[in-house]
Amino acid sequence: MADLTTDFLGISSPNPFWLASAPPTDKEYNVRRAFEAGWGGVVWKTLGAEGPPVVNVNGPRYGAIYGADRRLLGLNNIELITDRPLETNLEEIARVKADYPDRAMIVSIMVPCEEQAWKDILPRVEQTNADGIELNFGCPHGMSERGMGAAVGQVPEYIEMVTRWCKQYYARPVIVKLTPNITDVRYPARAAHNGGADAVSLINTISSITSVNLDDFSPEPSIDGKGSHGGYCGPAVKPIAMNMVAEIARDPETAGLPISGIGGVTTWRDAAEFMSLGCGNVQVCTAAMTYGFRVVEEMSAGLSRWMDEKGYANVSDFVGRAVPNVTDWQYLNLNYVTKARIDQDACIKCGRCYAACEDTSHQAISMSDTRVFEVIDADCVACNLCVDVCPVEDCITMERLTAGTLDPRTGKIVSDEYANWTMHPNNPMSTAAE
Amino acid sequence: MAQGSMAPGIQSGRLSAEDLDENFADLHPPYAPHEAAVAADRCYFCYDAPCITACPTAIDIPLFIRQIQTDQPESAAKTIFDQNILGGMCARVCPTETLCEEACVREAAEGKPVEIGRLQRYATDTLMAQGVHPYSRAASTGKRVAVVGAGPAGLACAHRLAMHGHDVVIFEARANAGGLNEYGIAAYKTVNGFAEAEVDWLLKIGGITIETGKALGHDLSLETLKSGYDAVFLSIGLGGVNALRAEGEGRAGVTDAVDFIATLRQADDLTTLPVGRNVVVIGGGMTAVDAGVQSKLLGAENVTIAYRRGRDAMSASRFEQDLAASKGVKLMFNVQPVAVHGNGAAVEVELEYTTSEGGALTGTGETVRLRADQVFKAIGQTLQGAPEALSLEAGKIAVTGAGRTNVAGIWAGGDCASGGDDLTVTAVAEGRDAAQDIHASLMS
Repeated sequence: MADLTTDFLGISSPNPFWLASAPPTDKEYNVRRAFEAGWGGVVWKTLGAEGPPVVNVNGPRYGAIYGADRRLLGLNNIELITDRPLETNLEEIARVKADYPDRAMIVSIMVPCEEQAWKDILPRVEQTNADGIELNFGCPHGMSERGMGAAVGQVPEYIEMVTRWCKQYYARPVIVKLTPNITDVRYPARAAHNGGADAVSLINTISSITSVNLDDFSPEPSIDGKGSHGGYCGPAVKPIAMNMVAEIARDPETAGLPISGIGGVTTWRDAAEFMSLGCGNVQVCTAAMTYGFRVVEEMSAGLSRWMDEKGYANVSDFVGRAVPNVTDWQYLNLNYVTKARIDQDACIKCGRCYAACEDTSHQAISMSDTRVFEVIDADCVACNLCVDVCPVEDCITMERLTAGTLDPRTGKIVSDEYANWTMHPNNPMSTAAE
Repeated sequence: MAQGSMAPGIQSGRLSAEDLDENFADLHPPYAPHEAAVAADRCYFCYDAPCITACPTAIDIPLFIRQIQTDQPESAAKTIFDQNILGGMCARVCPTETLCEEACVREAAEGKPVEIGRLQRYATDTLMAQGVHPYSRAASTGKRVAVVGAGPAGLACAHRLAMHGHDVVIFEARANAGGLNEYGIAAYKTVNGFAEAEVDWLLKIGGITIETGKALGHDLSLETLKSGYDAVFLSIGLGGVNALRAEGEGRAGVTDAVDFIATLRQADDLTTLPVGRNVVVIGGGMTAVDAGVQSKLLGAENVTIAYRRGRDAMSASRFEQDLAASKGVKLMFNVQPVAVHGNGAAVEVELEYTTSEGGALTGTGETVRLRADQVFKAIGQTLQGAPEALSLEAGKIAVTGAGRTNVAGIWAGGDCASGGDDLTVTAVAEGRDAAQDIHASLMS
């Protein structure tokens, strides 16, 4: 049986599944039930500075994107940080942590970019005996208009400055949560690293409008006919999140910086993928909001089974295993030549591969009078679109041409030597030996 | 005296009104919007989709299902009606399991096709419930066309002609329009007076007059129609019923299945409709199943459908066979009637087992007797009252192309015309295509 115990920044948790800072972690009642359900840790919903708490809108906070059968694929929210008094949250955090010493308890914080504000709140958080803090530099809505959240996360200098204050006034691990609403995530990650962050977590939500009401032309969720961009999360954001994680994991300047992966983690597989890209653990929100806390049972059981099948005893055995395989386009092997292959026995003759190939670009699939679809090797560029649109798994696969065979599209013999764009004769910057 | 199903002879009131209501409720309840959305999401939007090819009216099925997906059932209905103006009835009565749904790639993939028929009903019901008729007439051409028979072929033809600006008169022998939609077809497939409502909806286009109680050969002649109208479309159906050619066929209790079905469809109160305690239906088509199942639903104790060939040769689909079996109807294969025994009224049917080696059906000599106080003949209908001037082919009015008969200016379609399966949907296709051909002829 695989051991899911995770050590992240010296903080131990029985599994790598933490609940992200969000509505499900806003109060004691919830967090206790989350721990009972089996979550390895929680990041408590973001605390603000002492004083009157923020207020939320009193109309809808969430908007949704659906797949088939109203399966929630993407969720957007305009909820702000906790709207409960600071002291209430701190008391609850201390009580829950005392009762669940084996679980990770991280406190998310967002206060103004003034040293005194951080100096004020950090000792009080430390007194709760929580395991660490997460700096919310990510929320793209509401608080960012007040110079916090994503407004900080979009300015690397601010990230570094605030991180430095936190490391100065707080003794335990500091995680910096990054916003995806930037052009290159490596810069804010480097800033956090330079400020002394123990880890980064990402992604926070993506600025978004989920839909527009075509009767009153209000963006959704609609507040009295008006809408404001919200933060997008859920399964739909996973590809964006994984790329950002990988960019940081393979950046020489941040190499080795621990990462907590966030963004659409819904199943054990999502978690395994994030972790293979370098995340020491993952944080989950939308899946728990959609299906309830019990989803962690599937995640734990699934990850454990997969690890057993692969022979991984500990999560550290596979964390980061995919990072060396993330590279730049220019280094991809141009001598890797594949062709689509259609399994005629599995084919159900829907013709989607044909329509896709015909109308997209290459006209490399033929259709007979009896609806037999075949790949024309002389035209197939191996784009994979037919594989992607085929409704039958494994019906269409990509097969590599063996070295020494002729690629009828290029008229060239396939080579087994590695050759990339940097060596290609068409590249004016080519470094290939003449 | 025994009551209910056990009551002897042919009796009404075997079941309570409540039980009958339940028995004759919608066979396939309509989709709620979310059910429709989920069902529609299963469509793959196939290229040159096999379901379209399999549909006699060539409805663009992937398109209309996509329109349901995008929450526009009204647009979906328009896509359907463009090809099949009786798309509402066809959604209910088409043997989709042998047409579009059999061709659905998901049938090949997992044995569960997209439920095209029910989706079509969802779309067409939605639009029709709004009382909207989505077509208007072209400017009047001043041409007049006579349509004989207000069944699916005649109605489809008339609608298309009216749309092109021609004035149409439909002559119908019966009291109501609709043909087999109104007088044939099991009641549980078209509940709540749908057939009549559909005709009313179709006529909203305008330019169509229906004269009921007018039959060809009695009140009308081909000559007068030819001289009085610019074109004539015959869709007179098959008015005759094949004989059993079995001894005792004339005994009381031996009747045509189509008459039983028609009476049932026109009945205001099913508790007053008599049915036998022991019913035997002779035949293997949809009419046999409709008669057998409805006998059972009326409260007959024992109902047997006796078919002379094997299961695979039965023209009623496997779905229909299973439906009958699920209602408690017994299916007997490879038996043919040789006699109806009784004393005035039928008491027993004697069946002889058959073999069909080398295609030829022969009796084995072994017989079996079934108790039968009611025997329904459902062994096929025949053309009746076709004008002598028309050439016939295999007992039907011979047509070429889009329903052209051997007489110029006379078209024919539906069950009375040669070619095609005798289905509502093929009748619609033939009526529609004949209308296009008539229009082209009149305007050239």
